[in-house]
Amino acid sequence: MKLDGKVPAGPVAEKWTRHKFDLKLVNPANKRKFSIIVVGSGLAGASAAASLGELGYHVDCFCYQDSARRAHSIAAQGGINAAKNYQNDGDSVWRLFYDTVKGGDFRSREANVHRLAEVSVNIIDQCVAQGVPFAREYGGGLANRSFGGAQVSRTFYARGQTGQQLQLSAYQALSRQVAAGTVRMHAKTEMLDLVVEDGRARGIVTRDLADGTMASWSADAVVLATGGYANVFFLSTNAKGCNATAIWRAHRRGALFANPCYTQIHPTCIPQHGDYQSKLTLMSESLRNDGRIWVPKAGGDSRSPDQIPEAERDYYLERRYPAFGNLVPRDIASRAAKTVCDEGYGVGHGARGVYLDFADAIARLGKDAVAAKYGNLFEMYERITGEDPYAVPMRIYPAPHYTMGGLWVDYHLMSTIPGLFVIGEANFSDHGANRLGASALMQGLADGYFVLPYTIGDYLAPRMGEEPLPTDHQAFREVEGEVTDRLDRLLSVQGKRTVDSLHRELGKVCEDECGMSRDRKGLEAAIAKIQALREEYWRNVRVPGAAADLNQSLEKAGRVADYFELAELMCRDALDREESCGTHFREEYQTEEGEARRNDEDYKYVAAWEWTGAGDTPRLHKEELDFENVPPSQRSYK
Amino acid sequence: MRLKLHIWRQKNANDGGSFATYARDDVSPDMSFLEMLDVLNEELIESGEEPVAFDHDCREGICGSCGVMINGSAHGPESGTATCQLHMRKFRDGDEIRVEPFRSRAFPILKDLVVDRSPFDEIIGAGGYISVNTGSAPEANLIPVPRDDAERAMDAAECIGCGACVAQCPNGAAQLFTSAKISHLAELPQGRPERFARATKMVEVMESYFGSCTNFAECEAVCPKGISIDFIAQMNREYLRSRFK
Ligand SMILES: Cc1cc2nc3c(=O)[nH]c(=O)nc-3n(C[C@H](O)[C@H](O)[C@H](O)COP(=O)(O)OP(=O)(O)OC[C@H]3O[C@@H](n4cnc5c(N)ncnc54)[C@H](O)[C@@H]3O)c2cc1C
Ligand code: FES
Repeated sequence: MKLDGKVPAGPVAEKWTRHKFDLKLVNPANKRKFSIIVVGSGLAGASAAASLGELGYHVDCFCYQDSARRAHSIAAQGGINAAKNYQNDGDSVWRLFYDTVKGGDFRSREANVHRLAEVSVNIIDQCVAQGVPFAREYGGGLANRSFGGAQVSRTFYARGQTGQQLQLSAYQALSRQVAAGTVRMHAKTEMLDLVVEDGRARGIVTRDLADGTMASWSADAVVLATGGYANVFFLSTNAKGCNATAIWRAHRRGALFANPCYTQIHPTCIPQHGDYQSKLTLMSESLRNDGRIWVPKAGGDSRSPDQIPEAERDYYLERRYPAFGNLVPRDIASRAAKTVCDEGYGVGHGARGVYLDFADAIARLGKDAVAAKYGNLFEMYERITGEDPYAVPMRIYPAPHYTMGGLWVDYHLMSTIPGLFVIGEANFSDHGANRLGASALMQGLADGYFVLPYTIGDYLAPRMGEEPLPTDHQAFREVEGEVTDRLDRLLSVQGKRTVDSLHRELGKVCEDECGMSRDRKGLEAAIAKIQALREEYWRNVRVPGAAADLNQSLEKAGRVADYFELAELMCRDALDREESCGTHFREEYQTEEGEARRNDEDYKYVAAWEWTGAGDTPRLHKEELDFENVPPSQRSYK
Repeated sequence: MRLKLHIWRQKNANDGGSFATYARDDVSPDMSFLEMLDVLNEELIESGEEPVAFDHDCREGICGSCGVMINGSAHGPESGTATCQLHMRKFRDGDEIRVEPFRSRAFPILKDLVVDRSPFDEIIGAGGYISVNTGSAPEANLIPVPRDDAERAMDAAECIGCGACVAQCPNGAAQLFTSAKISHLAELPQGRPERFARATKMVEVMESYFGSCTNFAECEAVCPKGISIDFIAQMNREYLRSRFK
């Protein structure tokens, strides 16, 4: 298979404008003759479903929560980037483009990234018009902050709840279309498989989570906007229900899966505090602007932090990276925390934690000023840990947070299955090997509001007059049968272990061997362990209840079964990529100072994996990447 | 900690339902309330029983999925805190805890602690938006918004749509939820052109599902986001003015 990214010709800054003109159009009267399925109602899915509905298409939108509003995008805290240059500090579309390509450590597609930077400005306009209550200056203009180590202030925010406000505005736009009758919303409905016939995506099979009813849905195109797969690690900052089922099922039906090993581990999360822990909570990255990170110089030092004198503390980020100090990029901060803990200097539960100390900031700025900036984060920390961060340093540890990998898509956001589009975190497209802070929200809305509504027309236009496949067609029947069999199999094992206990074990393997740092030996061992665990899963899992019922154990069981397969692919991809880049750090490929050593000669490509059958080794396809505008350089934060 | 839990168990919408009692003797004060239920569920599954069904997702107090009555109080004893953010250190050794679903005529129980809150989506669909198609927005800074207005809009917009207000209200009213959205949008210049039509339509749909407000203010007390009942007054003004238009 030859992977064609379908990047249009011409200078990168003009590609999108010219290409929009070249795209085929569906005339307004004909749009209502096409139906589109959108799976997901997060920023990507809700914005796409609303925009497609406004254009006149018939849209069916699905989500697993009981309301479209609750998609995981709602939990994003920090903000959304856009190249508005309202601060007059030298920002531009070009700079956002440049920063994103470089931040992704030269593993993303330039043309896509430039388009993202271009439409970023439209996103802010759209969201303001929809009523997002962004933070304002006294003059009434929009406020910005600098985020995630960016050297310009281009992040727009709504208190610590930017994701919530963007999600609600997309949900409201979607609700307007639901009321107008252009979109049918199916909440509490989970996509369990994709139907492909004649090599094209024709529809999906779903299960109603309230009562277990199975159903088939047919359409002219299918859009997956189902988010990321960080829950493969069991403990992550993602919502509990986040899952890879939709993209994994599509992968098994022929969509290539790109760069699964690029997973982002966020440096500032509240550490695990017990074996019963169900998820990890992110503390905004902005805390690193004023907090200082340290560990005791003596391993196993059990004194309380205020009893440890200055001279006996190791401010390891400030020591190793004098120029950036506590503000080094996420991947570097995370790995450094892991290293000091591996070496035995960690603090707190299981010695997996480091201090984030505000004592200096409080002395310098006063408690009130610190409270004004971080008050609600401090409160959240205290609610969870029972400790007062004004008095004792916070303890933090990195946690899986975001997945850059996802289904491979071309410039039109179409996967390798014609008619199957993938948007938002579910695709692999824009962040390369590392995502910059405040750029995921931007990508979700860019895809949904401003890219897909154009590119999907180009696929549909030539199909005018074709009928969607009826849902009683053999192709639907077969997939329904397979889905039902699989649920029955899960229910009939009746073994001894719960889904969660096996998922926890899988997560531990992934975190230890395919997390912040990886090496050949560990990855090979991980693959063997995952295979053994997967085998145990299908032999020894216990899923109570019935399929024709509200059955949360069964929901989980299906998702975790898919994670077992995805986890193995993640390790294989990590094993295959014999270089260190972005979040992918291979112990074998580092500089003398312990920094990542990228290998552009051999690995300047997107690794896109083809499913070849259960238990078979997946086949690798490569999309070579060209950097014509941002010459690859080694990142340095010393 | 040792606790005795009385949890509402109900097979489905048609089942009558009743309390089941579970003794717990290994609860860590550092657990969240939902983690405490997770551990109970693991044990139930291992012993061949069905686990307690409850809604949850983000576990960060923002998605609004979770929510149960804990000893008669929506989201439990800690103010300004959703069920998922409540930790067991807020209880005492030996406590008995009664756990029930959010009950309301408009929120039928689907199973155990899971209810159907879809009328909230209908209220939003009736007008809880600004009618602006994708692509037709003007440059963002052409619409200056006084900072105080933006802050007040944000105070209202923080609602997570969990339904605690309805569950706690003796009348099962949804005024706090509805008024939060009406006020959020009425507070901003972008939302003003449709403000009266919006208030009329949203209030109509609200009244078709929910009870009426008699100013008990219990909603405000249990709201995990501390949404103020001042917004209910604002909604009433918007609604009245729409009548006189
Ligand atoms: C705690 C946290 C904080 C973050 N903060 C920021 C930030 O400040 N800035 C930033 O840019 N990014 C941030 N991110 C990342 C960002 O929030 C996500 O990448 C982004 O919101 C993903 O949006 P999405 O629309 O692709 O997917 P999601 O919002 O995850 O939506 C997925 C949708 O798909 C549905 N779905 C999934 N599977 C199925 C299925 N099988 N069947 C039916 N429906 C399904 C779900 O119901 C949901 O509606 C943060 C992430 C986390 C976890
Ligand atoms: S689970 Fe999201 S608010 Fe509680």
